[in-house]
Amino acid sequence: MSKDFTRTLDQTGGLRPAARLVQIHLDPLMLLFLVTIIGYGLIVLYSAVNRDETYFTAQLVRMGLALAALIIAAQLNPAIYFRWTPVFYIAGVVLLALVLVMGVQAKGAQRWLELPGLPRFQPSEISKLAVPMMVAWYFHDRRLPPSFKDLAVAMLIILIPAGFIVVQPDLGTAILVAAAGFAVLLLAGLPWRWILYAGLALAAAAPGLWYTLKEYQKQRILTLFDPQSDPLGAGWNTIQATTAIGSGGVYGKGLFEGTQSQLNFLPESHTDFIIAVIGEELGLIGVAAFILLYLMVLGRGLYMASAAHQTYSRLLIGGLTLVFFVYVFVNISMVSGLLPVVGVPLPLVSYGGTSAITLMASFGIVMSLHTHKTW
Amino acid sequence: MATAIRIKDNLNEKRAFASRVALMYLLACLLMAGVIVRMLQLQVWEHEIYQTRSEENRIQVQPLAPTRGLIYDRHGVLLADNRPVFSLGLVSEQIDDLDQTIADIGDLVPLIEEDLQGFRDRLKRQRRPFEPVALKLTLTEEEIARLAANRHRFPGMQITAQLVRHYPFGPLLSHAVGSVRRVTEEDLKRLDPVRYSATRFIGKRGVEQFYENSLHGEIGHQQVETDAHGRIRQVLNITPPGYGQNITLHLDSRLQIAASAALGDRRGAVVALDPRSGGILAMVSKPEYDPNFFVSGISAEQYKVYSTSQERPLFNRAVNGQYAPGSTFKPIVAMAALTHGVTTWDEIIDDRGSFKLPNQARIYRNWSWKKNNSGGQGPIAMRRAIYRSSNVYFYHMASRLHIDQLASFTAQFGIGQVTSVDVADASRGLLPDPIWKLGARGERWYPGDNINVGIGQGDLLVTPLQLATVAMVIANRGHFVRPQMLMASDGPLAEFDPPPPMKDVQGPTPEDWENLVDAMEDVVHRGNQGFRGNGTAWAYIGQNIGYRMAGKSGTAQVVGIKQGEEYEEEELDEFNRKHAWFIAFAPADDPQIAIAVLVENGGGGSSVAAPVAREVIDAFLLPQIAHR
Repeated sequence: MSKDFTRTLDQTGGLRPAARLVQIHLDPLMLLFLVTIIGYGLIVLYSAVNRDETYFTAQLVRMGLALAALIIAAQLNPAIYFRWTPVFYIAGVVLLALVLVMGVQAKGAQRWLELPGLPRFQPSEISKLAVPMMVAWYFHDRRLPPSFKDLAVAMLIILIPAGFIVVQPDLGTAILVAAAGFAVLLLAGLPWRWILYAGLALAAAAPGLWYTLKEYQKQRILTLFDPQSDPLGAGWNTIQATTAIGSGGVYGKGLFEGTQSQLNFLPESHTDFIIAVIGEELGLIGVAAFILLYLMVLGRGLYMASAAHQTYSRLLIGGLTLVFFVYVFVNISMVSGLLPVVGVPLPLVSYGGTSAITLMASFGIVMSLHTHKTW
Repeated sequence: MATAIRIKDNLNEKRAFASRVALMYLLACLLMAGVIVRMLQLQVWEHEIYQTRSEENRIQVQPLAPTRGLIYDRHGVLLADNRPVFSLGLVSEQIDDLDQTIADIGDLVPLIEEDLQGFRDRLKRQRRPFEPVALKLTLTEEEIARLAANRHRFPGMQITAQLVRHYPFGPLLSHAVGSVRRVTEEDLKRLDPVRYSATRFIGKRGVEQFYENSLHGEIGHQQVETDAHGRIRQVLNITPPGYGQNITLHLDSRLQIAASAALGDRRGAVVALDPRSGGILAMVSKPEYDPNFFVSGISAEQYKVYSTSQERPLFNRAVNGQYAPGSTFKPIVAMAALTHGVTTWDEIIDDRGSFKLPNQARIYRNWSWKKNNSGGQGPIAMRRAIYRSSNVYFYHMASRLHIDQLASFTAQFGIGQVTSVDVADASRGLLPDPIWKLGARGERWYPGDNINVGIGQGDLLVTPLQLATVAMVIANRGHFVRPQMLMASDGPLAEFDPPPPMKDVQGPTPEDWENLVDAMEDVVHRGNQGFRGNGTAWAYIGQNIGYRMAGKSGTAQVVGIKQGEEYEEEELDEFNRKHAWFIAFAPADDPQIAIAVLVENGGGGSSVAAPVAREVIDAFLLPQIAHR
């Protein structure tokens, strides 16, 4: 398909609009999927914030910024990303270290950094991009599947920033950062049996790990199995979310008609739990439509990864797309009561800033890697 | 040895990558299929469950408390109404630092340890999120204003209004009307939980207790849509509560005020009845308490004062105080003696101040007995025996009567039983007889017991309500009507299933009754005849009286006085002094009010209790006489 596409591009002077987008280094299909998700998400968000114009406008502006981040990121030559990857990664690690030394406390965790002349930000956002980039960079000239030594180095690349984030403490983000790194590792050809061994080792260590968890984390895991054990505390969110989704049925109660969300029974309805609003108001069909869109993004991303010519591009495109999927899966699973509640927003839909911008920037990088033939 | 040089094989790598990516995509699709299955489970297979759960979230059935029925006196004066009371609650979910918030609120309105303890207890109970928890149950107008001005500082603070009982007369009717008190766990065990689900107060004591069922009203319900914060968005359906019945009592608040004032600070009771209807015109028991304290949330301190005070203000002496009737019992003995033919109005007995049963050493003395053996009334017939209150005469009468004759005759006046229609928890008193004595004391009945009962002492016990009933029966010349609080109500009352009427007193002839009334009039009106000729109460109440009053005084011993011993009132401990009684009715030939007055440890009935009775009857009759 891409061959046909290129040929069209070569032969005709008058370009179709989609082709024109390619010329400015944007992938039309991926862009279509992403913008559809964003548009669909904005409609749902408008309902989730009880039609509060201020929230809606803020999100609209943010999504505009995210789109701009994508377009800009797509224009940069992949060579630049490649060359600056180690610097970007090291800078990220240094900033994470700085957070621990001079970060700003908020709600019991030290996650924010305030540097003069810069807005307040979470350096862990940088690592979400820097870690997969660094792993891909490390493997770009190495023989794949990786040797044990290479694997050990890659693990170190992943675990150093992840470790810094764990001690903030922000276990959820640390897992997502590590997941991004592992996604690249997986694509690099990590042997399946090692994955199996790692899984077994983790299962064996699980009882020991249990004691390292904080009380609220244990509580979240316990309520997953029995939400009614603490219906007003940790179980409340899950109970209300499953109630919202379940009561939506196949067709939903209709946009703006969800009682769970409109009457505020559903907590975090416009942020992490927004899929429950979709489930309640738009039903199974609404949820399935979202899942389909996300799978299309994943499919397009993985196709772009396998079409890439360089190891770095392949691994990075694949890794970034996979991690996007992990967000989606973890978010929907936690809201529907399949996974413990961790603070993961629904990509491109949940209200809130930095993650949407990071995500769209990562898709910008993906498009840059895909559309630049030479670098 | 050939070293394997690892060269990057891009094509191979690309192929391996493609297959791995395909596998990943398959895996991702499988995971998402799992999510979709979960959605199917929630949204299709178990849809009904969650549908119901979401409706239960959204739709609340709220009980609506009925408005308690009002209580009026016979002239339509409100004795108990309902007023809005404002309480302060906190929504803990909306407050970051609960302790700090409470401390800050404490600077604006006084919070005592009980408020805080109650708040902590209520906070622990099961409740919906965002449901306010009460911190202070009653706020003054000033406190409301202060809190309202600072509302912006306390996001989770809520002030709610509720209708609660209010007693405009405060302590005045505390014993007659009773009061409502907070529903306790104990109450909930015996109450209909649905009917009382919105009720915070329940009638305890008095009319409030007796007519609880009718005053309470029927609970209503409303189906409302609420948000998670418990705020009502819309009312979907409403079944309004049924108002409690308004009731009108025989009580006359003006007479009640007069009776309360007449007793003053003394411990005691006044019960006034309308002899024609049996209606209770006044019921005072002193000391009183303020029933409003129990509504506004009585402080533990105040309750301790009430419940541990030696004066027992929570104790309703009018219906639960049981005392020896003393000489007020003599008219009944006289009627019994006439009925059983053991004497006549004309028989003369020589009262030398003391009495001895045949073959017994014990000397029974007259109340007027002195150590020098003076104090006898001389030759005396029944009429003078009544107005002079001769003990010796009635010792003779009692000794001639069999105890069964005396007891069964006395029972006709309602002593030893509850005859009132609607007085809550009225005491029965005690009418002793041989069977009772054997059961209670394990002793047989001695002739001496007759002698003691003959002057209203011994084991005989009556309540002020019972003695007022005796006065009423005499006023009615033997016709018995049951004492009753309720005069009228809007509709039929569930509680009002009247007991069968009491039988009239059998035995005395109309002439006997008239003679008795004459003798009792002498108690009040016979004067200027010298000490042995005056009615016992004349000196205290018989002068300047604008109507004919019939009465009888009584002085009931509290402690046994040794043989031949005279005691000085002042030397006795206050609580061991004699109780003063006076029963009366007026006008004597057309009785409109019958009354019993008790002054606990007051001393002489004529000197202490009679003036109270006169004051109360004056307050009732003089306006009527002036009007005519």
